[in-house]
Amino acid sequence: MSAATVLNAAEPVEAFLEQEKEKGLLRFTTAGSVDDGKSTLIGRLLYDSRSVYEDQLESVTKASVGRNAGAIDFSLLTDGLRAEREQGITIDVAYRYFATPRRKFIIADTPGHEQYTRNMVTGASTADLAIILVDARKGLLPQSRRHAYISSLLGLSQLVIAVNKMDLVDYDSRVFHAIEQDFRHFLGRFHSIDSYFVPISALRGDNVVTRSSNMRWFAGPSLLEYLETVPVGNRARTASFRFPVQRVVRPDQEFRGYAGTVVSGAVSKGEEVIVLPSGRQTRIVGIHTFDGDLETAQAGQAITLTLEEEIDISRGDMLALPDDLPHVADSIKATLVWLSEKPANLGGRYRLKHTTRQQWASIRRIDHRININTLDHESADALAMNEIGVVDIESARALMFDSYSTNRATGSFILIDEATNATVAAGLIAGAVSFESAAFDYPADVAWQMDAGKLILSLGGGADALGNPREPQTIHDPETLKALDSLLRRLGIAWKPNRKD
Amino acid sequence: MPTLSHLQQLEAESIHIIREVVAECAHPVLLYSIGKDSSVLLRLAQKALHPAPIPFPLLHIDTGYKFKEMIEFRDRYTAELGVKLIVHTNTKAHAEGANPFAWGTQRCCGALKTTALLDGLREGGFDAAIGGARRDEERSRAKERVFSFRDARGQWDPRNQRPELWSLYNSRIHAGESLRVFPLSNWTELDIWHYIHAENIPIVPLYFAKRRPMLVRGDSLLPVEQPFVPRLPGEEPQYVRCRMRSLGCSPCTGAIRSDADTVPRIIEELITFRRSERQNRVIDHDQDGSMELKKQEGYF
Repeated sequence: MSAATVLNAAEPVEAFLEQEKEKGLLRFTTAGSVDDGKSTLIGRLLYDSRSVYEDQLESVTKASVGRNAGAIDFSLLTDGLRAEREQGITIDVAYRYFATPRRKFIIADTPGHEQYTRNMVTGASTADLAIILVDARKGLLPQSRRHAYISSLLGLSQLVIAVNKMDLVDYDSRVFHAIEQDFRHFLGRFHSIDSYFVPISALRGDNVVTRSSNMRWFAGPSLLEYLETVPVGNRARTASFRFPVQRVVRPDQEFRGYAGTVVSGAVSKGEEVIVLPSGRQTRIVGIHTFDGDLETAQAGQAITLTLEEEIDISRGDMLALPDDLPHVADSIKATLVWLSEKPANLGGRYRLKHTTRQQWASIRRIDHRININTLDHESADALAMNEIGVVDIESARALMFDSYSTNRATGSFILIDEATNATVAAGLIAGAVSFESAAFDYPADVAWQMDAGKLILSLGGGADALGNPREPQTIHDPETLKALDSLLRRLGIAWKPNRKD
Repeated sequence: MPTLSHLQQLEAESIHIIREVVAECAHPVLLYSIGKDSSVLLRLAQKALHPAPIPFPLLHIDTGYKFKEMIEFRDRYTAELGVKLIVHTNTKAHAEGANPFAWGTQRCCGALKTTALLDGLREGGFDAAIGGARRDEERSRAKERVFSFRDARGQWDPRNQRPELWSLYNSRIHAGESLRVFPLSNWTELDIWHYIHAENIPIVPLYFAKRRPMLVRGDSLLPVEQPFVPRLPGEEPQYVRCRMRSLGCSPCTGAIRSDADTVPRIIEELITFRRSERQNRVIDHDQDGSMELKKQEGYF
């Protein structure tokens, strides 16, 4: 379905084209089950915003014959695959597009019943906002809670709770307000999430695009008006500057640039940057694009940077500002959403993709599993499909990251199965595995001592001054360990702690 | 700093995708269909790789029934950009007389497009084919991944797709398997035209209205480039002011009556138009859900 925006007959196309240049983009996900009327709502948004073409309408009207449907079954506009149409269900995330004069919209339409966690997590991962549909007759159901939890987990800052089928409860304000009160109470558990409640009838069109005359007691904007005006995208813009290097560009001996997307923050020509993991400092000489050089680049822009110094930089390295660095660690704590029928293999090898860096990693420990109906923590020694757990992950090389809650792009990763190459898990980083939790062995070729509060390091082979082989040293004091770790990293010494629990 | 517009965001996303392919795939190729989406894709590839030239070749699956103007445009434009062009045709099927009237559209497409594409990819040893398909084109495409996995026979399994999260694309495959990559997934037809307008991107003149000879059958306008297109008794081509909304093989692509002879006029037509662009493609109408069946077999 293509986005067709209604053109006012009096409005010249040039003015329309100008307006188009300023148009923003909102990505949202919709959650709800077959019975909540989600497909009908999306069909309605597409139809009422004139994003459905007549022949597509004809083809679904044709297909509606023989099924239990009215004149137009809006849900058929969105049920894509033949297998689904035959069974009357939706089995996978589908993407839909429509536009109004104010915004272009990308909908990640996720099914509510089968494999809901996997699909909803996928849909929410690229979304700014989620619409949760609640059947006015049924109120807050366990699945509404699940959807709210997953939205909060995936870092969506906006929820729209659309209380649907208001026509079936006589547009009664008390029904709506009771659900709103119920839901708000539950949402109190997730701070940092804003919510908007709107009573609608997707089937009749009440409060979907235009405000309903059947619910004059409701003063807020219609669902579409809200989607057109809600502010989005501020988080990546205001976060710290992060630039994962995607490719080294060397067309000739003269030019050596680093291509990538500014995933958050902004950077200007002339600014000092740190290259991680090496820790080398240099300065930005140029910000290049096909359309000319820029003075400043902001979150979301795909650019190529040139640097003052010839530093060995490769794909997967990250540029950041000196006073605002990401964490660097190879043992991280993360929430994993398991996506595969093959359960998580504790200690087994997985390919981990984080920003533009791929490397081997393994799941060291499952801290707990989260029951997504009760949000209780349960002890677990495995994760099966659609389960969510908090785990420790150890990677072969250091990861440069932020916590997912502060930065989506540098706080997310996927795990890929070594044998099948399937994407088996989505990961949201909480932070580094804390040193306090265990003691570590230090490599034998590093000697250290604390002297009047200062850490003194001696480097060399695996022997002491007298030529005796040095035993690996065990450090128990977390503060010392932290200081030592940071010093070694700054010196560029690769090390791997042997953890002793 | 102003926030990025929707076109700027789409452009940056596509550039990111193309760069991921070049960084992670050993032998990528760009499937060049000569249409407007291919023109946009080429511009995005230039932008993604700038200041280096486009490092991968273009592969055109030539059915032998494309419009003459398409082939002229292809040869001129690719030469101008200095990119390497590979043209692959299923010559065997041609020799056996494949055409949509003799063989039916399904069998003809199967041989001249699907088989030719799979052969072309195999012969070139390509592990990733970058294509210009968009999710808004057809219902079955709404669930296509950006990095879409194909098994060793080039087939798509819609029920067993890899989950695709954030912009972390999984490009890992075993020998013999391949990927189809769609950087324009999130673009709509209108976005494409806006971008062509904003960037002044060259496109095949067939998109612009002009008087052309057509067989007029009710609302349908049939191009007469190929001699085997059957005529009704006494039927003669008439000159009609028309244009193509999407480009394919001349016997299977209908024209629409139109006065839109500039990009803004096309956009104006589009936003008041109530028919989807694939509607004039005869090939999609064989069976309900026919695109999905073709894709499972390996069609682009």
